[in-house]
Amino acid sequence: MPVSSIVKLEKLVGKRLRRREDPRLITGTATYVEDVKLPNLHHAVIVRSPHGAANIRSIDISKAQALPGVLAVYIGKDIVGVGTVPCGADLPGLRRPAHHILAQDRVYLVGHPVAVVVATDRYIAADGADLVEVDYDVLQAVTDPEKALAPGAPSVHPEWPDNIAFTFHQNGGDIDAAFAEAEVVVKQRITSQRLVPNAMETRGVVADWKSNDRSLTLHTSTQIPHLARTLLAGMLGIEENRFRLIAPEVGGGFGSKLNVYAEEALMGWISMQLGLPVKWIESRRENFMVTIHGRGHVDYLEIAAKRDGTILGLKLKLIQDLGAYHQLLTPAIPTLSVLMMPGLYNFRNIQAEIIGTFTNCVPTDAYRGAGRPEATHGIERMVDILAAELNMDPAEIRFKNFVRPEQFPFPTATGLNYDSGDYANTFQKALDTIDYQGLRTQQAEARAAGRFMGIGISTYGEICAMGPSVATPAGGWESATVKFEPSGKVTVLTGTSPHGQGQETTFAQLTADELGVPIDDIVVLHGDTSIVQYGIGTFGSRNTAVGGAALFYALQDMKEKVKKFGAAMLKTDEVIFEDGHCLDPKTGASVTVQQIAGAAYRGIVIPKGMDPGLVVTKFWEPPNFTYPFGAHIIVSEVDPETGQIEIKRYVAVDDIGNQLNPLLVDGQLHGGAAQGLGQALWEQGVYDDNGQLVTGEFMDYTMPRARMMPWIESSHTCTPSPVNPLGVKGVGEAGTIGSTPAMVNSVVDALSPLGVRHIDMPMTPEKIWKIVNGSKA
Amino acid sequence: MIANSFEYSSPATLAEALGLIADGAKPLSGGMSLIPMMKLRLASPEHLVDLARLPELNYIREEHGELHIGAAATHHDVENAPLTRGKCPLLAETAAHIGDIQVRNRGTIGGSVAHADPAADYPAALQALEAKIVLRSASGERTVSTADFFIDTFTTALEPGEIVVEVIVPVEPGLTGTSYQKCLQPASGFAIVGVAARVRRDGDNFGPVQIGITGLTGTSYRATAVENALTGKPATEETIRAAAAHAADGVDANSDLHASAEYRASLAVSYTARAIRSALSRSA
Repeated sequence: MPVSSIVKLEKLVGKRLRRREDPRLITGTATYVEDVKLPNLHHAVIVRSPHGAANIRSIDISKAQALPGVLAVYIGKDIVGVGTVPCGADLPGLRRPAHHILAQDRVYLVGHPVAVVVATDRYIAADGADLVEVDYDVLQAVTDPEKALAPGAPSVHPEWPDNIAFTFHQNGGDIDAAFAEAEVVVKQRITSQRLVPNAMETRGVVADWKSNDRSLTLHTSTQIPHLARTLLAGMLGIEENRFRLIAPEVGGGFGSKLNVYAEEALMGWISMQLGLPVKWIESRRENFMVTIHGRGHVDYLEIAAKRDGTILGLKLKLIQDLGAYHQLLTPAIPTLSVLMMPGLYNFRNIQAEIIGTFTNCVPTDAYRGAGRPEATHGIERMVDILAAELNMDPAEIRFKNFVRPEQFPFPTATGLNYDSGDYANTFQKALDTIDYQGLRTQQAEARAAGRFMGIGISTYGEICAMGPSVATPAGGWESATVKFEPSGKVTVLTGTSPHGQGQETTFAQLTADELGVPIDDIVVLHGDTSIVQYGIGTFGSRNTAVGGAALFYALQDMKEKVKKFGAAMLKTDEVIFEDGHCLDPKTGASVTVQQIAGAAYRGIVIPKGMDPGLVVTKFWEPPNFTYPFGAHIIVSEVDPETGQIEIKRYVAVDDIGNQLNPLLVDGQLHGGAAQGLGQALWEQGVYDDNGQLVTGEFMDYTMPRARMMPWIESSHTCTPSPVNPLGVKGVGEAGTIGSTPAMVNSVVDALSPLGVRHIDMPMTPEKIWKIVNGSKA
Repeated sequence: MIANSFEYSSPATLAEALGLIADGAKPLSGGMSLIPMMKLRLASPEHLVDLARLPELNYIREEHGELHIGAAATHHDVENAPLTRGKCPLLAETAAHIGDIQVRNRGTIGGSVAHADPAADYPAALQALEAKIVLRSASGERTVSTADFFIDTFTTALEPGEIVVEVIVPVEPGLTGTSYQKCLQPASGFAIVGVAARVRRDGDNFGPVQIGITGLTGTSYRATAVENALTGKPATEETIRAAAAHAADGVDANSDLHASAEYRASLAVSYTARAIRSALSRSA
């Protein structure tokens, strides 16, 4: 076959391809848990505590049981032999409350499951739930972590009257020397309020036990199908290989589905009791109440510095609002904050203390950024406060303290090893894009005219590609299988569990380029433990940086295999693999991968030492995390009459290494920025003293809307990560981490002529109005 | 989030609907407030009568210098109908501020008025327009003024068995400038404060002015102190500021998570000034 007949294929990696997932998502033909319908499906509704803290005196289920259509009603004492909800975090001395899937004799938060009603349809189940009568002895609740730590506070768990779940210390360098050497010390209390993740799809479970096979199929909206299967199998006492867990289409997670929830085990258990399939779909109100929240920090920060702006060291006391229980990673999240406290800055002395605090609230856990937004907000606020104290420009103080390019790999005070970067270069690009000097001139004019214009800078770093197994509770590797079908079509099985990130597109792009097959010939499957080899899942910006790397290596192995078959078919020793062909360079003869796939399965030509078929599976362990970084700058103006904030400009320069699909990168950055601005300006999970979630619905919890978003001027620098062969770093959380401090710094800068140094989030108009009015008084 | 079971009727005529309501059925219009309350089981009516599908209540027409708007006219209709846009632009502008597009497509003027949410948008405009509300029951019809209709939070002049069937607003004289200015609660889209203004000029002075305010207190009201401080005074920024300062005079302002009473009252002053400024700029 002449060489000239081989068509050069267009490379797809780096192209702005639209997601292949989108048609099914936007036409309503995707299958979410709610869409799973099985013969004889029954429905469960959960009776939940209306109190933040109470003893259960008695429960009367007789009326509910008597309702026609109700099959069963279960309460805490019925749940025998089911394990407690697991926590994967392991900290020294961690106090672990027994987190039963139904309350035993006491409830610890509003929404605590007390009983469950199973009926022939969802309407009857809801009516039945209304008929369950629970007699509560209401107790005093505590919902504020600082109040929980005060002497005499109500105890969330009576066995631990001080409400302290753990204290954790991490020190690096010599903090005492740093503070002794300091010419200036600034201190600030900085909060990072509770946020409700609010994935568009609430949680849901369909459980289907087949007693003859002793097998359970569980459809659940999760980010971690394999880990959830392992943990739920343990809770239910069933065998993993008889337990098929399917994460069908998952409508967003943001960390809230990186978990194992009571309802998942409860539905499995009910199906096993009744021998029937059973469905539970979380209502939006339940989602607010009982799906994990994010953040929940009160941080006390101190920075020691020299008068020239050189940062010497940082002290942190972090009070983490854990809620009433530990979910999967609850206690571990603030430890990530400590790891990232040094930010992009070249100082090596740190002293951190975490006080993990129980409250009568829903547990906090991983929410987009998971500990890193809190850390970045803290350090970026503190750097601005230090600059104000020293009367320095906030840009100048950052340049002065950045880790320099020649210092990489850079070991931080908290034990990380930053992989690569050129922070000053990225920051300079952002300053140039927004014309920083020009803006400062405009600001001076605005101030002279009595207007409140602010310029807010955030230079953030983050930790992605979770992660090396030593640093990840359940293992931090990822897996990929690449299969040629006999027709030459390609099936990719990824151990990650994308739920909006678009890997069905980006992994197909990568596969198309590496194997030289048309993208339409490639299918990417995930999320079904009976189809896909074990994997860790999707969180911590690890999909592409770890799962993509695993796929890349699987593809390399596949290419080697294809070449051996190709050489055998061409009856030669050495072939070149290019554009979907194996080519004998000596003769110019070639065969296509499709021909090779057919031959490999028919078994006609089996190279010496090879087996038939074309399947490769690769498990890959990353040697390190990756460390994306960037600079976000926000220009804002405050209306002193109403306290309203207008975002005038938003410039973001992010360095996330290489990009497989810049269109999806834009989407991640825009969505991330929306969530970060949401925290800075609007969102707050507010509990009253009785444990009621005051902002427990969309009428009161302000999710950012499209009309509230500024235009984001986004660009990039690129220092490829040396950690993985793709040179990618991860982009899932960058926007959320970079945006929040830029927004707050901007408004603080706007109001700095009034002597304002700090504003806690969310910066609601009333809060701003009070600051402005207070300063007049 | 599932309602208790209930009976649903969709009668063909208003007379039939009023008969069912006289027997204790609950009227349903766009369902934008009632249905969520039912789903949360805060309301559990046994029988709903659907008014939104009655052709007799779905119209916008001009008669004798007034616009008659049937109770089942949706916010979208009021926002977009050439009659309201051309002849009562204040009402059309106000309708455009209600909720979101889905709410405007289903919600009706009759339902909103009858529900009397203290943060609803329409009442501000209806106060400023001195609108008339037509009420009907199986036993007869009566017309009440806006000022008499809205009594308190979720409380109106409606008697048991009575429903709102029509809202009557004046055809706006050509020289009048109108404006609705709203500080919206960012989560719900309801008004923290909403101010509707109608302004006539009298040479260089303010002529007759009507100001309606919603959201600030338990029910909407006419800000007569502001009106009195404008009429006959020079149409200047100074007059506007001095007059708007009276927007919350004698009013017991609401306080909630989104705005304290003190802040709400301050917003009422700011948004009253904005509404007057804007209406003035639109007057001839």
